[in-house]
This record gives sequence, C-alpha cells and structure tokens, in this order.
Amino acid sequence: MLSAHGLTCVRGERRLFAKLDLAVDAGEWLHVRGENGAGKTSLLRLLAGLSQPAEGEIRWCGQSIKHADSPYRQNLLFFGHHGALKEDLTALENLSFAAAMDGAELQETNALMALYRFGLKGREELPVRVLSAGQKRRVMLARLATRRAKLWVLDEPFTALDVKAVDLLSTLIQEHLAGGGMAVLTSHQTMPIPGGRVVQL
Amino acid sequence: MNAMWAIVRRDLLMVMRRKSEVLTALFFFVIVSSLFPLGIGPEPALLRKIAPGVLWVGALLATMLGLQRMFAADHADGTLEQMAISPTPLVWLVVGKVAAHWLVSGLPLVLMAPVLGIQFDLDTGALGVLMLALLLGTPLLSLIGAIGAALTLGVRGGGVLLSLLVLPLYVPALIFGAGAVESHISGLGAGGHLSLLAALLIMAALFAPWAATAALRIALE
Repeated sequence: MLSAHGLTCVRGERRLFAKLDLAVDAGEWLHVRGENGAGKTSLLRLLAGLSQPAEGEIRWCGQSIKHADSPYRQNLLFFGHHGALKEDLTALENLSFAAAMDGAELQETNALMALYRFGLKGREELPVRVLSAGQKRRVMLARLATRRAKLWVLDEPFTALDVKAVDLLSTLIQEHLAGGGMAVLTSHQTMPIPGGRVVQL
Repeated sequence: MNAMWAIVRRDLLMVMRRKSEVLTALFFFVIVSSLFPLGIGPEPALLRKIAPGVLWVGALLATMLGLQRMFAADHADGTLEQMAISPTPLVWLVVGKVAAHWLVSGLPLVLMAPVLGIQFDLDTGALGVLMLALLLGTPLLSLIGAIGAALTLGVRGGGVLLSLLVLPLYVPALIFGAGAVESHISGLGAGGHLSLLAALLIMAALFAPWAATAALRIALE
C-alpha cells in the first residue's frame, strides 16, 4: 500500500540517507531505527508529505503522493515531536478540533470513550496546560483511538509514557494492525509489538 | 470547509480564554489616537484635518501588534504540521486563520473608531465614512499581514523584520483609507477612494492566502 522507492534525503549539506526503499502492506508495521540525527524524523516527515525528498518517490496504492495527496491524507495520521495540543483548550476540545482538521465527524461520546481509555476520566474538562507531560501525551494518543486512518506514522510514540500507557498504546497499535491498518514508528526501545520489519538508517 | 470553520471557532475560543491579546491591541489603538488631541491641543480645525491620518496609522500599528502571533503558536506546538497534512487544502485553513485574526484584531478597531473620531471633532457623515473605510481596509491589513507573518515564521527577531516587510505594503491601504475620509470632509465624496480600497481588498483576498500558504510550506520544510 505505502511504498517508497530510492528515497534520498538531504538536509543542508548533509546527505542523511540515500536510495532507501521500503514498503508496508495492510497489517504490517515498520520500525525505523538509527542513531540520533540519523534522519528518522526526516524520513517520517517525508512519508507524511511535509517535506519533499531530494530524489525518489513515495507511493500510496501505486500513486505518487505528490499527485494524489488528498486520498493519501485522508488515510494518514502523523504524530511529530510536538503534540499539536492547545494549552488553553480542554482535552475534549482538542480532540474535536483535531477531528475537524482531519475532516472527520467525532461524536462526543466517542471522544470521551477514547479519553477514558487512556485514563483521563475526570480530566476531560481541564485545560491541557494543567495536565502533566505524560497526561498530555495520553491526550495525543487518545486521538489515535478516535481516528479511522489506515496509516499511522508515529515519531517516538513511547516517550514520556508510564508502563500502563505503553501497554495501552501497544494494544491500540496491535488492534489497528489486526484491523488491516499499517504503522511506521520510530523508537529507541525494543518494541512491545510482535512482527514488524526494521528499517535501519 | 468544515475544517476552516473549526479553525475560526477554535481561534475565537482561545481568545475568549485569554482576553489580554485582543484587549492589548484595542487599548493600544485607543491610547495612541488619544495622545494626538492631548498633545496638539483643542483646535477643532487642525484636529479634523489630522484625524483620518492619525486614526489610520493607529489602526495599522494596532494590527501589527498581534500579527506575529498569527501562525507562531500553531508553528510552535505542531498544529501547523497537522494543518499542512489535513485533507482540507492548506489555503482554506489559512483563510480561516486570517478571518479569525480579522475578527479578533480588525473588527474591534472598526467598532471603536467612531468613538475615537469624536475626539477629533468629526461629524456623523465623516465617522460613517471612517468606519466604512476601516471595514474595507482592516481585512486587507490582515490579508497582507498573513503573508508577512508566514514569511517571518521561525525567524529570530522576526517581529522587527515583520514590521519592515509589512508596513510598506500597508501604504496603499493607508492612502486610500485616510483619503476617503479627507475627501468626504472636503466635500469631494469618498466613493472613489472606497472603490479603490474595495478593489485592493478583492485582489488581496484572491492572492494573499496563496502567498501565505506557499510561505508556510517553506517554513515547515
């Protein structure tokens, strides 16, 4: 479904990686590994369509994402280093705004269920700024549970999470994969998810 | 389109939660344009003459105050990335941001202007023309400002650069906006100036969102 052919990424004067090929099909996931500065985040941003590769092409269902970006974006969920959370808004408002950005309808009950699942019961009406760093990550992750996207591109999804939240997230990813989803993740830890191919940068 | 409304709603909601931003710009406008009558003295003829220019310069500077924050917060917390990969084209979302900026920083100026105009001894007709000119002119300021805000995104010391970049582009709005009120006072009729202002607004509405979108994409690379 998602495939990249001969990707080359150049940042400034440096060539981070060259002639990289990868492919993910329904139910599969990729683990992008590499040292700090190896270009993991750059690769994920290329896959999300946020920057353009110096060479090569990324295809979604056989079509280049440059030309068919609208169907691709509807199926894509990207998490960068920043949470895209608004500190002055509540967790619930953040979720419904994110859903509107994705062009999806989000029922309030579904949003609440996702927040409860991530242990945020009783905190859904608090402004995000009063939550702890881990709780903010949980609000972000609750978005994963509300969004019907086929492809998840997650940059370091396990940082700042406690043991319970790591379990929750890996269950969520496994459910997603079992339902025919795809995922591309970066992480320095060994992943608590079976299967998965490693892309070493 | 839904995403565009969502942006407008969210930005307005955030302003409601943190009112200081909108009030700062408004009070700046009030104070700057009140300093002139206080400094120059109570001479109705002179005040009437400088009123259009002073009020318009005040409005320009007040708009500049909030301009840098138009995309900066979204850039810092990653919302802008999510906007760029949204299925809704980014240019619609930029239109939403500009609309929200105008509602927050332009519309209050339009509503406040007649009150300030009284300090300059403007009559009812002139106040009406002033409001109409600002109604056409302030969205123009937000649109042009969006290009500047997008271009200086992530630049250190961007605030000063933004003023240098945007203020010269505000000159036509200033000339036709202040000119409309002046020519009304001198009995020539404001029609010509207002039409030109409207023409500028239409042109900016067609081109500025695209230019700002292109600049945002560069900032995100």
